Amino acid sequence: MGKKRFNVTVDRTICKACGICVAFCPMSVFTTDHDDKAVVSAPERCTGCRQCELLCPDFCITVVQVEETADG
Amino acid sequence: MAEAKLLSGNDACVQGALAAGVRFFAGYPITPSTEIANAFARELPGRGGIFMQMEDEIASMGAIIGASCTGTKAVTATSGPGFSLMQENIGYAAVAEIPCVIINVMRYGPSTGLPTSPSQGDFMQTRWGPHGDHPVIVIAPYTAREAYRETGRAVNLSERYRVPVIVLMDEILGHLRERVEFRDEDLVQEINRKGPDPDSTFLPYEYTEDGVPPFANFGTGYRYHITGLIHDETGFPTNNPVEVDRIMRRVNEKIELHRRDIARTQFVEVDDADILVVAFGSVARSAHEAVRTLRQEGKAVGMVRPVTVWPFPDEDIRKAAAGKKAVIVPEMNLGQMVREVERVVAGTVPVHALNRIDGLLITPQEMRDLIEDIQ
Amino acid sequence: MGELHEKYLRMNKMPHIWCAGCGNGIIMGAFITAIDRLGYDKDEVAAVSGIGCSGRITGYLDFNTIHTTHGRALAFATGIKLTKPRLKVFVFMGDGDAVAIGGNHLIHACRRNLDMTAVIFNNHIYGMTGGQFSPTTFKNKSATTAPYGTTDPDFDIAQLCIGAGATYVARGTSYHARLLTDLIVKGAEHPGFSVIEVITHCPVNFGRRNNFESPAQMLLWQKEHGVAARKAKAMPLEDMEGKFTIGELYRSTEIPEYLEEYGRVIQAANEEKQP
Ligand SMILES: Cc1ncc(C[n+]2csc(CCOP(=O)(O)OP(=O)(O)O)c2C)c(N)n1
Ligand code: SF4
Ligand code: SF4
Ligand code: SF4
Ligand SMILES: [Mg+2]
Repeated sequence: MGKKRFNVTVDRTICKACGICVAFCPMSVFTTDHDDKAVVSAPERCTGCRQCELLCPDFCITVVQVEETADG
Repeated sequence: MAEAKLLSGNDACVQGALAAGVRFFAGYPITPSTEIANAFARELPGRGGIFMQMEDEIASMGAIIGASCTGTKAVTATSGPGFSLMQENIGYAAVAEIPCVIINVMRYGPSTGLPTSPSQGDFMQTRWGPHGDHPVIVIAPYTAREAYRETGRAVNLSERYRVPVIVLMDEILGHLRERVEFRDEDLVQEINRKGPDPDSTFLPYEYTEDGVPPFANFGTGYRYHITGLIHDETGFPTNNPVEVDRIMRRVNEKIELHRRDIARTQFVEVDDADILVVAFGSVARSAHEAVRTLRQEGKAVGMVRPVTVWPFPDEDIRKAAAGKKAVIVPEMNLGQMVREVERVVAGTVPVHALNRIDGLLITPQEMRDLIEDIQ
Repeated sequence: MGELHEKYLRMNKMPHIWCAGCGNGIIMGAFITAIDRLGYDKDEVAAVSGIGCSGRITGYLDFNTIHTTHGRALAFATGIKLTKPRLKVFVFMGDGDAVAIGGNHLIHACRRNLDMTAVIFNNHIYGMTGGQFSPTTFKNKSATTAPYGTTDPDFDIAQLCIGAGATYVARGTSYHARLLTDLIVKGAEHPGFSVIEVITHCPVNFGRRNNFESPAQMLLWQKEHGVAARKAKAMPLEDMEGKFTIGELYRSTEIPEYLEEYGRVIQAANEEKQP
């Protein structure tokens, strides 16, 4: 069994650039773009803690566990 | 029917409301309306209803609006100071179009005033108490018998037109115990608000031919939104000028649209009269008596009594006043309804105000004196 | 947005009007998670709110919703619950809404113990009207009506409710979103009047004026100042200076629920009717 992997997405159209996800992701998965909106820069570091999902006031973030296939 | 009872005006209001299906009362004690709360406290629990003594009149008004949202016919009762506190939520009921009935047993004001003395000082407040243009119906009975029938009618009108209806009483009517003989015409029917049409999509503030949208009671499977913000037909807030104008015209105009059903005016010996008295509530009792005795003496005096005082019966007064020598408007205030009468007759007939603000009822003799002076 | 949002929110009203980083959205998320866990049928839930930024929540929730007048949400809710007890009634209020203009209604709702759940968004400020101080603003803070700093002592909402007789009182924060969901679930399941005070943040009208550089900093403040009630008990008093307890603070099942008690009134009235 390998390490669990997660797909993190940000709906950029509704992101209000508040910076909460950037500040609270323990794995520094997010950075910001030129509009200060959140960008998923290092999804491979995500541990699936869902802190970002819980704290994003605009429900922009979804964290989905990636199904492992037999051959990885 | 022809059943005789000894009833005070306050008791009669309660009986009329119960007959119309009222099953929720929330209120806060205040003279001279307290007997209404007392009677509801006794009557409701045994009829599947709920009586609630709230922490103040603001809460009472809020609670009856909440109760009405579930489809329960709901009433509150108060007097001047409490009525003043209710205004914001009455405005809410008017714009959100929530049926409810407020019984205001007038006492002398402003402020604490003369708590046990009658007055008609709230006449204008019943129409214009809440801020902003809003619809309201106000009914002013003048006997216990009428208090029964008209409170029942108030409940029905509020259901039918989704509007707050105020029953305007005063201390004299509230406390006077009269022998009341109910006849068939006093029978109070139960009218329920119109519900959504199950075959079409529900629009909470739909524009319908009768100007009254269907009401979905909370908990019946229609999940929608009610707000005191100006809303469009979906019920959600809007500040689009076109939508705002449209809904606020409908909400206000629905009363005019149904004036024939809402209005009730009593005419007493009007046709051949040359002097006309326009009076409402307990003052109309004195006026009625003055007309009766003057007629016995051969004097041509008549009376018009608005039972529905708001919307004001413009046409009824205009027609009745046409060609008269004078119109007299006696009121227990410094002259409120007289302004409406003056507006309506628009200078075609002289209008005389007769005002008393010492906490006492205007007597028939005072009216006779003024009438004789004019003649 | 995920399935949960699609199930419980009026998606055509999204995005919501709250400012960037406002705690209200986090609380709304925690709330719908709680509803999902409770398994309530959406038609059987009534959500009632007052006036303020917080009060706007009812526009977004896909239940029977009513946005009432400032301070009076509990009065409206009382009428709803009493006449349709089957409905699960949730009442949303701001701090000004609940303990300034609506303070009287709050204490009496606590005293009556009618089975409803109040969620109070305590952002320590009047958000909607632009940052005037509220009864929960701490001393020496800046507000538009306190340009020289606030002087009024502040209310502790949870303690106020316990004192007034509420039978379930908890305090959460928008930072501790999982805990908040738990507390709402427990409050809803409690048979009686429950209050969940939520310490939250208004970055625009409180934060900017009071040296918080970002919404994240305000959440961090909650994280650092909220102490689990159980842990706080074991702490020396001086260590709690400036901090607040979070979690379940009070629960009692000794006081009967209001409608249960009202059943006795109905019974007595019915007995009197018998010949
Ligand atoms: C009777 C009345 N007074 C004043 C207002 C103006 N007003 C609207 S919201 C508000 C205060 C909001 O503060 P709070 O209750 O803390 O809610 P928040 O916006 O912070 O969520 C006030 C004073 C009003 N709408 N009604
Ligand atoms: S789930 Fe946790 S680790 Fe993954 S992106 Fe969100 S906050 Fe970071
Ligand atoms: S928390 Fe949400 S709104 Fe804020 S920056 Fe991140 S994605 Fe955008
Ligand atoms: S003003 Fe404050 S409370 Fe209101 S939406 Fe903006 S951040 Fe939130
Ligand atoms: Mg606030």
